[in-house]
Amino acid sequence: MAIPVVYNVRSVVQRWSSAIVAVLGVAGTVGVFVAMLALAQGFQATLIASGSPGNAIVRRAGADSEMVSAIALEEMRTIEDAAGVARDARGPLASGEVVVIAAFPLARTDTEANVQVRGVSPRVLDVRSNVRITAGRFFQPGLAELILGSNAIKSYEGFVLGGTVRFGGGTWKVVGVFDAGGSAFDSEVWCDANVLNEIYKRPTNIFQSVTVRLESPSALARFKDALTSDPRLSVQVDRETDYYRAQSRTLTDLIRVLGFLIALVMGVGAVFAALNTMYSAVAERSREIATMRALGFGSGAVVSSFIVESLFIALIGGVLGCLAVLPMNGFTTGTINWQTFSHLAFAFRITPGLLLRGLGFALLMGLVGGVPPAVRAVRRPVAVALRGL
Amino acid sequence: MVRIDGKGNGTALVRVRNLDKKYVRGTEEIHVLQGLNLDVDAGDFVAFMGPSGSGKTTLLNLLGGLDLPTSGSITVAGDEITKLSAGSLTSWRARHVGFIFQLYNLIPVLTAFQNVELPLLLTKLSKAERRKHVETALAVVGLTDRMGHFPRQLSGGQEQRVAIARAFVADPTFLLCDEPTGDLDRKNADEIMEIIDRLVREHGKTVLMVSHDPRAAERARFVLHLDKGVLMEAAKAGAGT
Repeated sequence: MAIPVVYNVRSVVQRWSSAIVAVLGVAGTVGVFVAMLALAQGFQATLIASGSPGNAIVRRAGADSEMVSAIALEEMRTIEDAAGVARDARGPLASGEVVVIAAFPLARTDTEANVQVRGVSPRVLDVRSNVRITAGRFFQPGLAELILGSNAIKSYEGFVLGGTVRFGGGTWKVVGVFDAGGSAFDSEVWCDANVLNEIYKRPTNIFQSVTVRLESPSALARFKDALTSDPRLSVQVDRETDYYRAQSRTLTDLIRVLGFLIALVMGVGAVFAALNTMYSAVAERSREIATMRALGFGSGAVVSSFIVESLFIALIGGVLGCLAVLPMNGFTTGTINWQTFSHLAFAFRITPGLLLRGLGFALLMGLVGGVPPAVRAVRRPVAVALRGL
Repeated sequence: MVRIDGKGNGTALVRVRNLDKKYVRGTEEIHVLQGLNLDVDAGDFVAFMGPSGSGKTTLLNLLGGLDLPTSGSITVAGDEITKLSAGSLTSWRARHVGFIFQLYNLIPVLTAFQNVELPLLLTKLSKAERRKHVETALAVVGLTDRMGHFPRQLSGGQEQRVAIARAFVADPTFLLCDEPTGDLDRKNADEIMEIIDRLVREHGKTVLMVSHDPRAAERARFVLHLDKGVLMEAAKAGAGT
């Protein structure tokens, strides 16, 4: 039978000053680990939330992003008429869109940041049901009017409902604010696609992407087949959620790799702290260990006991680290979206799954830091250790 | 009956034959025990006396399966322990040996109850049965009212009584006591020896004890002298007979 866990728990409490170094080491590492993953998760979730599984986005074949895509008006008509596209009394639910980047001063730092300005079709709110106007009104088609995402209006100097904004050689009136449910659209500015093309002196019959609402999420295959088999079109079709997931991949992978590297370096330090704590525990308690072994507790029981103790210390550190970063959940920050080179606001997203991964990482550090001292605990001859030599 | 001539009839509980123990320290070889023979019957109380470095504790460690001899054999209740593997020896200790140490060796973070319960965790007893055994053991040593106390809350004498309860709670084949009164004042030493004596007389325990204290050794039924690794003589003590 195992040595009672109460022995380890009370031993840790009694030697708290020695254990605290390991606890703090693990807590710091887990905190950074969870925070970095929360950053990546938040960024990815923000972009993925921009898409809807019931929508499809069409771009020119080979275009990784909207920025490098072009779709002519006649192509857009073909896309609108394709099988699988949802329709209502006013016609197909499709939005031909163009994007430009404009620089505006950030309210927080007064430095300029790129904002993605999206020219959309007047039917965009029917296509993107997750977007709704929360203040003011929708833009009047044909006029230089803007509606601002809920993060954009908070982030930039001079973005005021009812006010005017100058960019692209034109003067725009801010007529509304929209909420896109915490997605990347919340960091964007929307206007009429044709007006945007005109002000930027782009051909008015060219769009960069077309987003359509499908009859149902399962209609994607039918829609895709219709477009790819049409010899007039050379386009690629993705479910909107898949497109934004792919868009987020570069940065989320980078953040994750960086997060793992930082956590690994810190983890090595934390493991050494755990090793130090456990080696000193073994040294201080060599007579106790010998007594247990004299009583008949086997090597396995002793090794397990010290590993449990190390895991216990690591678990305390892990819980503390998780609790320390928990207030960051929902904290909004921003970064450059490398696919669009525009500023994207997103929130740290700490999920139960991330916390469990943090605790798992803590236990891994506890295990690595606990095994060598535990093995040392049973290597000493019992008779020698009993004499306390 | 105790014999040291190696001519026991084979019914002894503890049977030691030609026991040798050597240590090598640097280039020097130290012969701690030399050709030792011993037969101890069940229910005997034997004290080993002798000067420091005479090999008393080494002998006790060998009898308790904490150390291995250089040569020779030790058989306890039919088991030749000198042939057991380390793992088997650990299990054997749990079943057959109750240790009482000079410095009590209680686990400081466990209560008196939990310290006494430790050997029972290695048995198949249920929690309720363990509780009953621990309470009985602590009652035997007069510490029923100290069950929830930690070692630091007990006097030296009380600590040693807890250690004695821990030693016999699992009903081992024999008790090995290494200077059980060595860290106690006379009054507490007498109380401890009284308890050990009672375990022999009233509960039929077999006790092998190492001691420097002649007054403690007087309680034993047999006193053996160990000098330079050789058992020199066997004497019958007065008090224990």
